[in-house]
Amino acid sequence: MPSVAFKQYSDDVSLLVLLLDTNPLFWSNTSITFSQFLSHVLAFLNAVLGLNQLNQVIVIATGYSSCDYIYDSSLTSNHGNFERSGTGMPPLFASLLKKLEDFVTKDEELSREEGHEDRTPSCLLSGSLSMALCYIQRVFRSGHLHPQPRILCLQGSPDGPEQYVAVMNSIFSAQRLMVPIDSCYIGVQNSAFLQQASYITGGVHHTPKQLDGLFQYLTTIFATDLHSRGFVQLPKPIGVDFRASCFCHKKTIDMGYICSVCLSIFCEHHKKCSTCGSVFGQSKLDEASSVSDKKRKAPHT
Amino acid sequence: MSNQRKRLTGEREDEDDEDAEGIGEWERAYVDDRSWEELQEDESGLLRPIDNSAIYHAQYRRRLRMLSAAAAGTRIQKGLIRYLYIVIDFSRAAAEMDFRPSRIAVMAKHIEAFIREFFDQNPLSQIGLVSIKNGVAHTLTDLGGSPETHIKALMGKLEALGDSSLQNALELVNEHLSQVPSYGHREVLILYSALCTCDPGDIMETIQKCKKSKLRCSVIGLSAEMFICKHLCQETGGLYSVAVDEVHLKDLLLEHAPPPPAIAEFAIANLIKMGFPQRAAEGSMAICSCHKEVKIGAGYMCPRCKARVCDLPTECTICGLTLVSSPHLARSYHHLFPIAPFDEVPAFSSLNDSRRTLGKSCFGCQQSLIGTGNKPGPCVTCRKCKHYFCLDCDIYIHESLHNCPGCESIHRPKSVSLMEE
Repeated sequence: MPSVAFKQYSDDVSLLVLLLDTNPLFWSNTSITFSQFLSHVLAFLNAVLGLNQLNQVIVIATGYSSCDYIYDSSLTSNHGNFERSGTGMPPLFASLLKKLEDFVTKDEELSREEGHEDRTPSCLLSGSLSMALCYIQRVFRSGHLHPQPRILCLQGSPDGPEQYVAVMNSIFSAQRLMVPIDSCYIGVQNSAFLQQASYITGGVHHTPKQLDGLFQYLTTIFATDLHSRGFVQLPKPIGVDFRASCFCHKKTIDMGYICSVCLSIFCEHHKKCSTCGSVFGQSKLDEASSVSDKKRKAPHT
Repeated sequence: MSNQRKRLTGEREDEDDEDAEGIGEWERAYVDDRSWEELQEDESGLLRPIDNSAIYHAQYRRRLRMLSAAAAGTRIQKGLIRYLYIVIDFSRAAAEMDFRPSRIAVMAKHIEAFIREFFDQNPLSQIGLVSIKNGVAHTLTDLGGSPETHIKALMGKLEALGDSSLQNALELVNEHLSQVPSYGHREVLILYSALCTCDPGDIMETIQKCKKSKLRCSVIGLSAEMFICKHLCQETGGLYSVAVDEVHLKDLLLEHAPPPPAIAEFAIANLIKMGFPQRAAEGSMAICSCHKEVKIGAGYMCPRCKARVCDLPTECTICGLTLVSSPHLARSYHHLFPIAPFDEVPAFSSLNDSRRTLGKSCFGCQQSLIGTGNKPGPCVTCRKCKHYFCLDCDIYIHESLHNCPGCESIHRPKSVSLMEE
């Protein structure tokens, strides 16, 4: 009955898409272990599902060589299996843990197939962001009554500069769809991608100092639905650095030169653009058209 | 006395209108609606709404095929820094009511949407507005990068009178665009409602002048196809199209938002000096150079002259340096690195192994790809990563996201980078 459903869809129904970082290169040396981290996350997911009956949670794992959907709270197949998984975890998340385990083994196999030389420590953030946005787009298509979606990135791996264009594309698409991207960074260096993502889309970015209390940070900051953010004090963005880095030396610059054809950024004047090969300042057309402007002098008699 | 009575009771006024026009306001809603056109008969003679998604997707595929046929393997240069003038015909033909409620209102609404979309896709470009009224062309706004100024100026003057003159508009635009830097692409978009043009001189000369100054003219006609518009567009390399209804007009307008393929000789490649300002510190006080008021906190500092500006992208009013932030440049990168269109998978192909394992659900949104009766439904597949996607994800990925989720979910070794540096 549409009228009952309408009454149940209050302002604070949310759809949370959680992008979980499972990059083994990051998790091999951190202060908390992956299983401790998972227990914080699962308790947080339970809290979100408990806030409202209609809340939905999707979990997408961001691996080193692949990304995949791990858990969808709206699927009824989750609730059928009541066997205890043996680790004391509630049966609600048995399927999540099983799928996560399968994913991590598959991811490991895929990464073993590549060489060991080029080991960039970054995870595939652009892949999981794109998948999350496709899912949210599907939710928008489903009709007028739908929960308010948002994305939460739980990441520790550093940024991979080769993903810059893809991540920026996802951020702009999220901005258009009005989907905030929250980010909780648990790694060592600062992640410029996540800071920019949260700033541009209107989400919250936070770097928890003490990872033992991760559950506390998650529930007090990231469990707030979009409607309540109007009257809850959340960490404000401080000094997001929007300066560009030049393509030649990769250092951040205040003033630079932009190629008008391909928009590549250089810190000093070049004769030729290294990205698109266009030569600067050279006109291909003949500039002799000014000849016709000169008036014809009458011949002297 | 009778006037006062009419003003007191609003309903009386309506009744008078009804008698004058012959139809009541409630009937007018049905005249515009035409909801019977959205119904179709199925096999047993029962009515059902038209399934728009298949038609929509077929249109989208046709559009994508035309674009990719044009680009076919070569990397076409696009004009990313554009200086566009929108010429709006406010002659008496614009007051026609064949577009509900009138051509002017529809044009104004769609132009506002176009301006916002244009600055979204081309953050470094500038727009100017010109109107033709009484046979004379007036500049509504000069070239600028702020959508609000243009929209405010447009909405302020919505009245139609007099003749329309194509030559005067082209001369005015040519004069304005001659002062534009040489690396920018000069374009004109003319929204023409009239069926004739009353010119003071020879319009063919003006067209040749535009061609020589490398001005790309496109026309969107609202009434019928005209030879002179077609000739103008052919000579200058622009696009000519005629709108059949409001929805078609909006589609045609928005087609001009993404950067057109650039003819290499038209704009000289140049290095443009730009500044990347940092955000001013919280609580710092300064007089901003755009509003001439004291502002606290949020704002940006020009790296060259340290003047404070409120918004980006902008030109510093003190030293003239173009100020942008890196996301503004990143907005245009997807034009330079477009993703290849996905291949259609024939709906009734046999369920071969790869399809059986990967093709059960869309990789992007997890929607089931099995259609009615356990037969494989329509879907598309990416050439590079071989994943399957549903039709809606296909449209979303190519029109808004510009990333293939499958290709992004594959680890690429450090040596192969997207920017080909």
